[in-house]
Amino acid sequence: MAKKYELNEVEVWDGNMAAAHALRQANIDIVAAYPITPSTPIVQNYSKFLADGYVDGEFIMVESEHSAMSGCVAASAAGVRAATATSSQGFALMVEVLYQASGMRLPIVLTVVNRALAAPLNVNGDHSDMYLGRDAGWINLCSYNPQEAYDLTLMAFRIGEDLNVRLPVMVHQDGFICSHTAQNVRPLQDEEAAEFVGEYKAVNTMLDVANPVTHGVQTEEDWHFEHKARQHNDLMNSVKVIKEVFAEFKDRTGREYDLVYTYKMDDADVAIFALGTTVESAQIAADQMREQGIKAGVVSLRVLRPFPFDEVAKALGNVKAVAAMDRSAPGGTFGMLFNEISAALLARGKSPVILNYIYGLGGRDTTITMLKEVYEELDKCAKAGEAVVPLQQFLGLRGPKLSFY
Amino acid sequence: MVKKIKNLKEFSLSNDRFEGANLMCPGCAHNIIVREVLNATDDPVIVATATGCLEVCTAVYPKTSWDVSWIHIGFENAAVAAATVSAAYEVAKRKGKLPPATQKLVEEGKEPKIVAFGGDGGTYDIGFQSLSGAFERGHNFMYVCLDNEVYANTGGQRSSSTPIGASTSTSPAGSVSYGEKMMKKSMVEIMADHGAPYVAQVSPSKWKDLVKKVQKGFEVYGPVYINAQSACTTEWKHAPEDTIEVSDLGVDSCVWPLYEIINERDEHGIIYSTKLNITYRPKKKIPVEEYLAAQPRFRHLFKPENRHIIDLWQKAVDARWEYLQRREEAGV
Repeated sequence: MAKKYELNEVEVWDGNMAAAHALRQANIDIVAAYPITPSTPIVQNYSKFLADGYVDGEFIMVESEHSAMSGCVAASAAGVRAATATSSQGFALMVEVLYQASGMRLPIVLTVVNRALAAPLNVNGDHSDMYLGRDAGWINLCSYNPQEAYDLTLMAFRIGEDLNVRLPVMVHQDGFICSHTAQNVRPLQDEEAAEFVGEYKAVNTMLDVANPVTHGVQTEEDWHFEHKARQHNDLMNSVKVIKEVFAEFKDRTGREYDLVYTYKMDDADVAIFALGTTVESAQIAADQMREQGIKAGVVSLRVLRPFPFDEVAKALGNVKAVAAMDRSAPGGTFGMLFNEISAALLARGKSPVILNYIYGLGGRDTTITMLKEVYEELDKCAKAGEAVVPLQQFLGLRGPKLSFY
Repeated sequence: MVKKIKNLKEFSLSNDRFEGANLMCPGCAHNIIVREVLNATDDPVIVATATGCLEVCTAVYPKTSWDVSWIHIGFENAAVAAATVSAAYEVAKRKGKLPPATQKLVEEGKEPKIVAFGGDGGTYDIGFQSLSGAFERGHNFMYVCLDNEVYANTGGQRSSSTPIGASTSTSPAGSVSYGEKMMKKSMVEIMADHGAPYVAQVSPSKWKDLVKKVQKGFEVYGPVYINAQSACTTEWKHAPEDTIEVSDLGVDSCVWPLYEIINERDEHGIIYSTKLNITYRPKKKIPVEEYLAAQPRFRHLFKPENRHIIDLWQKAVDARWEYLQRREEAGV
């Protein structure tokens, strides 16, 4: 039995420590991990918990992220709870196995501390890794601060392991601004957390040698399509379980989560749509804009996958202009948020001005002043009833302005 | 528990946990090796398989040829898959969370044996990092390389196990080339140098030797590596009925010597003894030429301009055989 870790009602944790404690409290049987900045402290903290007797599972320090995720897949298929953490290049190295994890319907939890992808090599935060894995068939939960990183990591186990879901879950937090910034976190006590997460429910376990199972089969044109369709169907329908788990968590802690996060959107004319720590900066910017008489709001995704299509359309349904803020190099098109928000709005008969801002790449600071400039441009568009600035701009870029369309 | 095996007839009638009705080529040695490995024990077996011929031919949904728990993830991760299943087993056992039927078997002394199978592509090349990591960490599992010296599943491209002079689809013999230019990688020694307690080279044609080594491997705790010669009718281009004969030619020419390396550790885990034992000595060591002549992948070597490669082969095989004997004599 693992020792109980005495926790204060309020702890001062950075995002990595918050995630590490959530992993510790989830009583994971196998953590297979490889350290990478900025998620390294999750792995280090977990190692220290193990060394001090607070973890009774196994920690396997594998030789690469590819093996980390492969180990999680094997452990999960064997019939035990498995989780890991990574960032950036490590995430990229895992990508092959991310698809195998979801295709094999294994409820692994992956905490992703978001960081830029090389080249050029960069250790700082942006959402390139999150965007790289968005089509991998995982449930993707997004946090903006250490408290949420903690809460969502605990909830990830409940969601993924639900017998109606059985899919792997990623929990995202921003590299450094969240992962390395200490804030107040209200944790559950160990026994409360264990009760909330529950015992692991093994399905088709390889360790049940009297009932052999075959995991990871070959399917060609005769069955592959049906498998992938079923997987998509169950990912889409996981919304129900996600909502149930959010509701139960609220009952226990009072902390409320929904598929889409909104701030002052009831009467907003203009909105910033962003992910990660920028959501909190944008709220301050919105408040300051409101002092100037501009009805500004903020929208974000709590659940990136399955994408809350109708909730996004509803949240933005009454705005005159919205800025889709993409913190990942778009690689020759508009950013992912711009495309997905546009699709949701268009399909639901809404047509606000939609602008795309590429920002914060490689950890470039995004200030309140910059976000207020975005609101000001949105306000101009809202008043004009059309885009009076380029549709895609690079925010905070040095040198001449870069824009398209 | 070590299974008692009296003779080939009894062995061949053992309860099969690997179904012969699969999609492998007729005459494929993979089938023979896998059956020999699984039949070496009556204990439960859990198998991880790398992407490759064995995997694509034995688990095509909605059918499976495996009557054991089985997993395939990818090409390069069979070793970490088996190693982590082993770790998961140990955690579940320690926590008292094994499924009841498994718990009962364990109490009867029937611990599951965890085995990974990979081809030389998944072992020597793309899976080498995962294999090396799993061996360094010392997990309790057996890795069996089904070494057919070529990427057979994808149409016969060269691997780092392909021997010099072999014509493959990416090292074809041509008017200015005698085929593969590199000597074969020494996987057995490489794996032994990881400090593994037991490493051995086997051939399916010498089934008693193979089974004995697999049983030895199952008896030790830690990572075990078995390098199995796997004649490939499709890429070595011999007739399907000649698989065993070609395998024997490999063994009797000492191209494929049968030996084992045992690393013994003290209670602190320090290796105090490394012993290499040659487990089969041909009564008459036949010329390498006879082994090469039996396989059309080497046919072009018999042209006058390529004969020097046959001479090189013989020298290399003789030198290696000499080296193995010297190590055995020296007890290192």
